[in-house]
Amino acid sequence: MAKELKLMKGNEAIAEAAIRSGCDGYFGYPITPQSEVMEHLMAEMPWEKTGMVVLQAESEMASINMVYGGAATGKKVMTSSSSPGMSLMQEGLTYLAGAELPCLVVNVVRGGPGLGTIQPSQADYNQATKGGGHGDYQMYVLAPATVQEMYDFVFDAWDIAFKYRTPVMILSDGAIGQAMEKLYVGDYVPRWTKEEIAAKAPWAAYGKPKSRGHNIITSLELDSVKQEIFNHKLQAKYREMEKNDTRYEEIMCEDADYVIVAYGSSARISHKALQLAREKGIKVGLLRPITLFPFPSEPIKRLAQRVKGILTVEMSAGQMVKDVQLASEFKCPVKYFGRYGGIIPTPQEVLEALENDLIKG
Amino acid sequence: MTEEIIIAGFGGQGVLSMGKILAYSGAMQDKEVSWMPSYGPEMRGGTANVSVIISDERISSPIISQFDTAIILNQQSLDKFEHSVKPGGVLLYDPNGIVHPPTRKDINIYKVAATEKSAELGMAKVFNMIVLGAFLQVKPVVTEEFIEKGLQKSLPERHHKLIPANLEAVQTGKKLVETVQTV
Repeated sequence: MAKELKLMKGNEAIAEAAIRSGCDGYFGYPITPQSEVMEHLMAEMPWEKTGMVVLQAESEMASINMVYGGAATGKKVMTSSSSPGMSLMQEGLTYLAGAELPCLVVNVVRGGPGLGTIQPSQADYNQATKGGGHGDYQMYVLAPATVQEMYDFVFDAWDIAFKYRTPVMILSDGAIGQAMEKLYVGDYVPRWTKEEIAAKAPWAAYGKPKSRGHNIITSLELDSVKQEIFNHKLQAKYREMEKNDTRYEEIMCEDADYVIVAYGSSARISHKALQLAREKGIKVGLLRPITLFPFPSEPIKRLAQRVKGILTVEMSAGQMVKDVQLASEFKCPVKYFGRYGGIIPTPQEVLEALENDLIKG
Repeated sequence: MTEEIIIAGFGGQGVLSMGKILAYSGAMQDKEVSWMPSYGPEMRGGTANVSVIISDERISSPIISQFDTAIILNQQSLDKFEHSVKPGGVLLYDPNGIVHPPTRKDINIYKVAATEKSAELGMAKVFNMIVLGAFLQVKPVVTEEFIEKGLQKSLPERHHKLIPANLEAVQTGKKLVETVQTV
């Protein structure tokens, strides 16, 4: 694949990837700090290049329900928003999960609660990984830490969404959304033809040929016995995701006495803190969850058995730390450090927390 | 080589675009780069700043709080960032509007009268490129050839006719920069 070098914001990389990955439709409503997603799409006018639809809906609720409609026909459809907008989409997300519809939802998180601030945050971790909408469902959640990953994960999202018939979320934040970094983009992947959709999404409601019965897309089941059987199927799907598609990155964990667990922009900051610590002779490693659901519990468990302590670093009041503690099976101390409400921790602060709270504490 | 830079001034001075041109030039020269702006209400006035990192290695954090170089274009930014320059680092500032000059003794300090010069030339728009020139004279982290390529890549085609004036401004800045103290 020919690779072309660009310098782009994370938000623009999402949009560029949508066009190049054969996305059929984007439906969204502007909100800071992710408005560049739709701005870039509108500027690129992909409807002229690939036939991709880009539509500014009247609200976030309209956007997510347009995604439901598009997904039901087997199309690759997506939306993006930031925290308050994502809260408005939760009903749609649980319906998408209940109807087993593949789609991509991007949340470029800002500080909350409520209307909150427009500055970066990771305080939507619980909402993204523990439901958010009602019912026993999960989404596959990818956490990019670089502009390149913002781009690459859009391609990965389509694979996972259609493999498992599930909504996929890219959980980013204002920092990665607004930062510019080098980005290598590849060739355009063509949008699926009618025949490809029929082959790859045989469940889709794109018009009934005589050769088969009706394809019905719904999340309604009044018979509880059947609903429980369906929920077993959903749970089995989530166990398959855990088994086959959990992703993480380990940096300098081999000889580490202490490990930081952090995702997204917190992982970048923690990587710098790791370098500062190593300069001082403290052997620190970094485990970066790339998928937040499924969560990389196994590697954390393995590390917990041999390191002296784990520090989670997150831009929330301590949401992921609970998953890390569970994964560690309390084999070593697990401490939390975070800043929140739109404040980004500095590498120096992370280093201080590591030294004072974990090593001395 | 890793150079961690903060550029800070008023919104509208070309702080973000100067950072962008620097980042593009670094990328063209096959360096790793990152550009992390302050965003939000700054766009409507007040102070704006951007952190730019140019490195030969994978960049860990684009978010940094200590800098090899601070390029300072107003008093508020000087007050805010003077203490964030690493010992032995560089502080470059435009003396226009500065009533309390920097006081640190453990850093290298340079000044460039870019506001005055750009007004004198009647070219307020290339103010930021004069500052960029001054920076490159002190720290040649990217070569001129790649500044030109960076301009080509970062400016829309319709503005390419302005590239020669921008490059001239870089030269002006290189000659204009004055040493205040070195350590």
